[in-house]
Amino acid sequence: MSDGAASKNAILKISVRGLRKSFGAKCVLDGVDIDCGVGESLVIIGGSGTGKSVLVKCILGLLHPEAGSIRIDGVETVGASRAERTALMHKFGMLFQGSALFDSLRVWENVAFGLIQGRGMERAKARRIALEKLAAVGLGAEVGELHPAELSGGMQKRVALARAIAAEPEIIFFDEPTTGLDPIMADVINDLIIKCVREVGATAVSITHDMVSARKIADRVAMLHKGKIIWQGPAGQIDDSNNPFVDQFVHGHAEGPIQMELRAV
Amino acid sequence: MIAFLASVGAAFLGFLAATGRLVRFALMGLAAAFSPPFYPRLILRQIVYMGYFSLPVVGLTAIFTGMVLALQSYTGFARFNAESAVATVVVLSVTRELGPVIAGLMVAGRVGAAMAAEIGTMRVTDQIDAMVTLSTDPFRYLVLPRLLAGLLSLPLLVLVADIIGVFGGYIVGTFKLGFNPSSYLTQTETYLETMDVVSGLVKAGVFGFIVALMGCYHGYHSRGGAEGVGQATTYAVVSASIMILLSNYLLTAAFFGK
Repeated sequence: MSDGAASKNAILKISVRGLRKSFGAKCVLDGVDIDCGVGESLVIIGGSGTGKSVLVKCILGLLHPEAGSIRIDGVETVGASRAERTALMHKFGMLFQGSALFDSLRVWENVAFGLIQGRGMERAKARRIALEKLAAVGLGAEVGELHPAELSGGMQKRVALARAIAAEPEIIFFDEPTTGLDPIMADVINDLIIKCVREVGATAVSITHDMVSARKIADRVAMLHKGKIIWQGPAGQIDDSNNPFVDQFVHGHAEGPIQMELRAV
Repeated sequence: MIAFLASVGAAFLGFLAATGRLVRFALMGLAAAFSPPFYPRLILRQIVYMGYFSLPVVGLTAIFTGMVLALQSYTGFARFNAESAVATVVVLSVTRELGPVIAGLMVAGRVGAAMAAEIGTMRVTDQIDAMVTLSTDPFRYLVLPRLLAGLLSLPLLVLVADIIGVFGGYIVGTFKLGFNPSSYLTQTETYLETMDVVSGLVKAGVFGFIVALMGCYHGYHSRGGAEGVGQATTYAVVSASIMILLSNYLLTAAFFGK
């Protein structure tokens, strides 16, 4: 590795090279290369089923790729031991598409879960932090005593966001953060993501097919199609990508190089 | 012929692979017991849920089993003028076999299904993945407390079931069949050995572990939404029931076989 490449890697928070992942005969990730710098907000766009969630789950270590390299802060994580993986998880926060709140626990216990169970923090202290994080996403202390089933979809997303930032992680992943929300609530969530990521000083990786959300929260956008990154660049250049796939996706046209795989009835 | 042999071979290899996955899952769950963090509160909660809240259903099953056993054995033994053996047959059958087996099967239906449904729902709604991202090992937090609860609570539950089952036989023996209460109890006590009770309790521990293991295993590996969770629940109950009956034979052969 040259000195130039080494210094570039030194400021990369996430570096993915040649990542491959298949499920049976279906190849979902076919040699993905992507980087994310420290403090950067990277948004990965792409149609449904193109492997966006699989890519994030591979980076998190929830799925094991067949080939390729994933480096976090320059350290290889593919093939890491359970102990190394647990230590690595301390750097991560994740907002899941369906919020994935623990329905048997109260809201504040959900937010404090990683602090209490993952880091062994005292319950009283963790509760105080949980209530602070709930306040940061616009939810009062009384909401903390409710169970997730008693909340609306938008409130569940906010709780999930509070949980993702509770331990002040270095990297936060957002999986379809605005899916299923009305436009106003989606904008509220987008604003909260920007605010929380800035406050925590984290690197953010989001996956979405909501272009309004992508434009708002991204520093840089990458498009995943058929298991490969086919375009990446600054968020401001997305309308001038000169890439027909990106143009079709961004403008939401049915006609174009991306063909939906429809089965005849 | 070759095709037939190939399918038999494939089925056998599939069985071995499934067994390997199950054993690996159990070892991963148990390995979590040897390093911190520990969750004693979760273990206690599972013991209460699995043991204490199963008492009504297991108690009812045990008392009716003891009553039917007394009635049936009296009918049979009366043909050989051996009615006095009823109390002995009831106590030995309940403590050695029926207590642990019936408690195991009832708990498999009540608790094993609930475990598979709960963990399965957590799996398909990404709650288990969320747990991992929150630096919490699901084997330590979800699986180990249930395995230990199964191992510890079933023997206690079976001890109570044994007493209730013998009491059921006593009620029928004294109130319906006309046995002298004192001589019935003497017969019960005289031929009962420590090993009869201990073997039943060991079986109960094994059955409890099996129920928890199958509930956790099938729940943890469930896929595909509500249908997958339903399937996991069915698999958990059916496989636990079969394994209870199979291991009951093996344990009986180990304890009392010649």
